[in-house]
Amino acid sequence: MASSAATPKDLPPAMLDVATSAADWVIVWPIALPMVGAAILLMLRNRTEWQAPFSFAILIATLLANFSLLQTVFAKGPLTMTMGDWLPPFGISFTADALGALFALVSTVVMLVVVLFVQSEVEARETKYGYHPLMLILLTGVSGAFLTGDLFNLYVWFEVMLIASFGLMVIGGRKIQLDAAIKYGFINFLATTFFLIGIAYLYGLVGTLNMADIMVKAPLVENGAIASVAALFFLAFAMKAAAFPVNSWLPASYHAPDPAVSALFAGLLTKVGVYALLRVHLMLIPQSHGQLQILIMAVAVFTLVLAPLGALAQTNARRALGFLVMGGIGAMMAGLAFGSSRGILGASLYAVHSMLTMTALYLTVGLVERMGGTSDIRHLGGLYRASSPLSILFLVLVFAAAGLPPFLGFWPKLVLVQSGIELTLAENSLAVHQWWVVGALLLNSILTSIAGSRLWAHIFWRNGREGRQSEMPNDRIKMLDRRGTRWGLWPTAALVALIVAIGLWPSMYIRAGIESANDVTRSSGDYVTSVFGERTQ
Amino acid sequence: MNTVIFRTIAPYLAALMIVFSIFVLLRGHNEPGGGFIGGLIAASAIAIYGISAGVAEVRRALVFHPITFAGFGVFIAALSGFMSLFVEVPFLKGLWLFINLSDGSELALSTPMLFDIGVYFVVLGAISTIALALEEDEDDK
Repeated sequence: MASSAATPKDLPPAMLDVATSAADWVIVWPIALPMVGAAILLMLRNRTEWQAPFSFAILIATLLANFSLLQTVFAKGPLTMTMGDWLPPFGISFTADALGALFALVSTVVMLVVVLFVQSEVEARETKYGYHPLMLILLTGVSGAFLTGDLFNLYVWFEVMLIASFGLMVIGGRKIQLDAAIKYGFINFLATTFFLIGIAYLYGLVGTLNMADIMVKAPLVENGAIASVAALFFLAFAMKAAAFPVNSWLPASYHAPDPAVSALFAGLLTKVGVYALLRVHLMLIPQSHGQLQILIMAVAVFTLVLAPLGALAQTNARRALGFLVMGGIGAMMAGLAFGSSRGILGASLYAVHSMLTMTALYLTVGLVERMGGTSDIRHLGGLYRASSPLSILFLVLVFAAAGLPPFLGFWPKLVLVQSGIELTLAENSLAVHQWWVVGALLLNSILTSIAGSRLWAHIFWRNGREGRQSEMPNDRIKMLDRRGTRWGLWPTAALVALIVAIGLWPSMYIRAGIESANDVTRSSGDYVTSVFGERTQ
Repeated sequence: MNTVIFRTIAPYLAALMIVFSIFVLLRGHNEPGGGFIGGLIAASAIAIYGISAGVAEVRRALVFHPITFAGFGVFIAALSGFMSLFVEVPFLKGLWLFINLSDGSELALSTPMLFDIGVYFVVLGAISTIALALEEDEDDK
């Protein structure tokens, strides 16, 4: 302990003799709990019957930790803990602001539902290979990425997340899963490499990777250099988020793993890319946003329009959903392109909506696959008669994804369109182009509802399989067994109920989004203070 | 590869390497060494023993599946971070405990050492899982 007291004169007063109370640990728990849980479950790998209850208990604890973290952040502003008691620019800081804490909370909710759903389909062999530890490690990576305050540490959490997702993707050991893992792995490694190169350049320019420190020092650097780093980051994160034109890996890989795993991926992984985009482009190096704006707008417009068109062309239900996930990414890109406070509000609200809705959609289609025996919509049909609750869940989710009121997707779409119109009226050379983004947002809603209704019509409405048998009842349908209903249908229905409830009473949801947007736009304000203390301002 | 000389020497070599790996592990922090390199040496010992005596024999000798060691390592490493909870300092702070031994020397126990032991087990567990899986494939052919 002698080391920290050695040179007190060099330390800002806020750093000295401040005991870290147990309450400050709330930022560590959402990451440490799933990590320790995964380690314990790995040791208990032969006790397959303990795996699910234990990981459920860990997730409940993580959820409570996330709740109290979000509450603390809302009440007191960003919260920082620098690991190992090193001083901030040198030690690794974990800094939770409203955006990170909100996303971490929603990811835990998603993970909780998926862990329940897994009970309806997992084989004992897969449990033994480490299904539950891998899911907890995935959550560790995702929460770590949302809560870290250091750019290199963000890269580390990306890797943690990637390794866990590789494991989950190939855990069934089927040929199609290996094929998907190669595509997914290759493109993600490429993206990570670009990210690392960007980090290296940024370190060369500003001499620090602590996010708060970058916010202070980046404005002092020549703008052109920062803009090229920003372009690299944009490429890397857009690949992770699956935005056009670097999106082809997503529909090529998300249909291969178990439905629960693809639900998890659709809910969480792309949103981490979006989070990184918001964090880096609007908060760390916002001065380069102007140069990139026209590019981001083009990416947003193309993603918004082409993704639902891709969904329309698919006959595999899960591949079609992959395209709908990408449509949502386009909407978040639109928020990023606007860059205004309201735009960020729209993007972060949309990310929350997308995490919940896309997970629920994949879970629903997982149940459809189990009942119909295939995910090819040409061979499905007549599920409305077999399970009307499932058809209602699916339709609600399609409406939510398309952004029809009063469902959840309506509010973020509304905010994004408002923000776009607001910008088009501004005195700005790019103002006219914002109409394109607004138009694309609205077109995306129409196309998404067409694509989603087409899926619904094929899977549920039509009596039997495509072709001549279409009026005959589908004889391949198996009813859900008790395990499928209890662990499959009920958790999915609970998630949909949550989506509907938030859609009907959105005030909390929107308030959380406003807090997040405030924390992102209040550049070098509370965030920096929370890391470095008062005196360094 | 699998000669009489190698088969005779491998168990001794493996034992020696394990002892050396623990020496390297404990020497770390202020001198070259530490958990990562120690774990690598231990994993190579296990790999060598696997080549000479067969994977089944190694698995029997290890008692637990190697990936269990990796889980244990992560657990130990996390535990070393939680020590700071009791002294009100941030997560993962290095805490030291010096014990004076009767002969005048000093025994230094610390959370970095605990963390390093965790790293040792993670590396040992992960690498020997991979090595044993690869050697098992060769046995099948």
